[in-house]
Amino acid sequence: MRGMQEEEVFVTGNEAVARAVKLAKPNVIAAYPITPQTEIVEVLARYVESGELKSEYIHVESEHSAMAACIGAASMGARVFTATSSHGFLYMCEMIFWASIARLPIVMANVNRALGPGWNIWADLKDAMSHRDAGWIQFYTASVQEAYDTTLMAFRIAEDRRVMLPTMVNLEGFVLSHVMQPLRLVNEAEYDKFLPPVRIPHALNFERPHTLGTLISPEHNYLVQYDHNRCMRAADDVIAEVEREFERMSGRRYGAVMKYRCDDAETLVIAMGTLAKEAEVACDSLREKGEKIGVLRLRQLRPFPKAFLEEVKRLTAERFIIIDRAYSSGYGGILAEEVKAKLYDLGLKKEVKSIIAGLGGQDVPHEALEKMFMDKRGGEVWFGV
Amino acid sequence: MVWSMSESDEGKHEIEIRIHSRGGQGGVTAAKMLAVAASLEGKYSTAFSIYGAERRGSPTASFTRISNREIRKYSQIRKPDCVIVMDPTIASVVDVTEGLKPGGKLLINVGNNSMDLERFRDYEVYAVDATRVSLRFDLKVAGIPVLNVPMVGAAAKLGIISLDSAKQAILKVLGGGSVVISLARYAGTTALDGTESLPSTLRKNLMAAELAYKETKRLNGSG
Repeated sequence: MRGMQEEEVFVTGNEAVARAVKLAKPNVIAAYPITPQTEIVEVLARYVESGELKSEYIHVESEHSAMAACIGAASMGARVFTATSSHGFLYMCEMIFWASIARLPIVMANVNRALGPGWNIWADLKDAMSHRDAGWIQFYTASVQEAYDTTLMAFRIAEDRRVMLPTMVNLEGFVLSHVMQPLRLVNEAEYDKFLPPVRIPHALNFERPHTLGTLISPEHNYLVQYDHNRCMRAADDVIAEVEREFERMSGRRYGAVMKYRCDDAETLVIAMGTLAKEAEVACDSLREKGEKIGVLRLRQLRPFPKAFLEEVKRLTAERFIIIDRAYSSGYGGILAEEVKAKLYDLGLKKEVKSIIAGLGGQDVPHEALEKMFMDKRGGEVWFGV
Repeated sequence: MVWSMSESDEGKHEIEIRIHSRGGQGGVTAAKMLAVAASLEGKYSTAFSIYGAERRGSPTASFTRISNREIRKYSQIRKPDCVIVMDPTIASVVDVTEGLKPGGKLLINVGNNSMDLERFRDYEVYAVDATRVSLRFDLKVAGIPVLNVPMVGAAAKLGIISLDSAKQAILKVLGGGSVVISLARYAGTTALDGTESLPSTLRKNLMAAELAYKETKRLNGSG
């Protein structure tokens, strides 16, 4: 049974994100609506309209402009937020890379949705995974509470002087964006202490004029990229630090990876988002049947967490099952291929099975996962094929 | 009256509910009210819907999961323990008992139609005329009787939630603003005789829930 909580509301994943953004009090919100994200920017627009949130809300004519406005505002030192999904995400592609290379700590919620054609509004990670290499910090959440908490932490992580990188909080369309769950709220005064005022060191400044985004030669461009990667890697430790502080404030503990019944597992399921939670249910059922199986949920894809490597080194499972809700056509499940590469780095030879499931909102019940986990064949399996 | 959901009884610690309605009747809100009611009783709950091409009048399905432990299922509910049919005409176009577990609970708004309920004899069937209750209290939006409140009141007859938490949930969901679950904003005002201070629409809704609860009849078996 749940303990009764002082401040608990019953909301969708989308509203949870909007509530977190409200606490962060961004100076600027620039966004364009798209299903299934629309509720986030609608709720925020309502907060701004009612005066509860004093942000500059910029109504733009496209997602490309939304991110461009975010870049402009952040370049002036503002805290900014936007939200998008699917085709809207891809439409802002050019600006997504710009935001990252310009080292602007923009926070964006991305409600994961498939790409057309045919038109499909349901959950799929391809929108975010196609921008895996865009240089944004990427989180993948698995409950309404986690979407809220991660958004709260995202501002602090993005704006950390050692990081200064845009940060993306992913939640899967409908299965998470539209599901209603109880949400424990963070106290505003405590959050104000947790999140210091934004200070972007390279922001434009009339007192000390400088230029951003001018032509740079081959002698300098690689240094920009080198430095970007250095800070992205440093972000891994900063994130862990922020999560510890968040735990002190809220009592809720996360991590770059979250383990479920992994310690004595012979089979390790690796997944992200809600499919990892569904896999936990399958895991419980298999445990009752004597199978030693556990679930390792990756919450943070970029920077790829050191914690994942440490766990994989420490755990004794010999069989890995990796679930992907996004596919690199002509290559493989994106997470599966990343994990396999890391196993090579670690000098570990494991039996690997790749499950492609949940594409375009495909319903993946735990009973089906259980069957696929028990199927001892390796290689790649497409659920439903 | 409340279904037992003990930790040791793995199969029973969760109740899955499917609600059939037509767009505009308040099916999603009914799912939310049931989930909030369960939450008020200290249980875990989630509410969701199948999203696609909903429009006013078309058949839709909404869902509530209630559990004694954290709900980690995000897949659709295919084998519900309980089905709630909000619209009296829907059973002729939708297979409302699809996947319903044998012996599962079926609550039907029979309206004023003569409905052949014999075909549901494998289930524990409850019937109520929620349309009449809704019309009696003038619970209409855009001219359509809203059926969620009477059906949530009726659902308390099934023992999934108590009538008291059903009424509290109705107040919280319809009360405007945020649905604060455990901060007892309306503490002590759930009994009807304590609600004079509530706006009349809220009071009418509570009365509708209570009347629907009273009028819900179990049609087969004992209890």
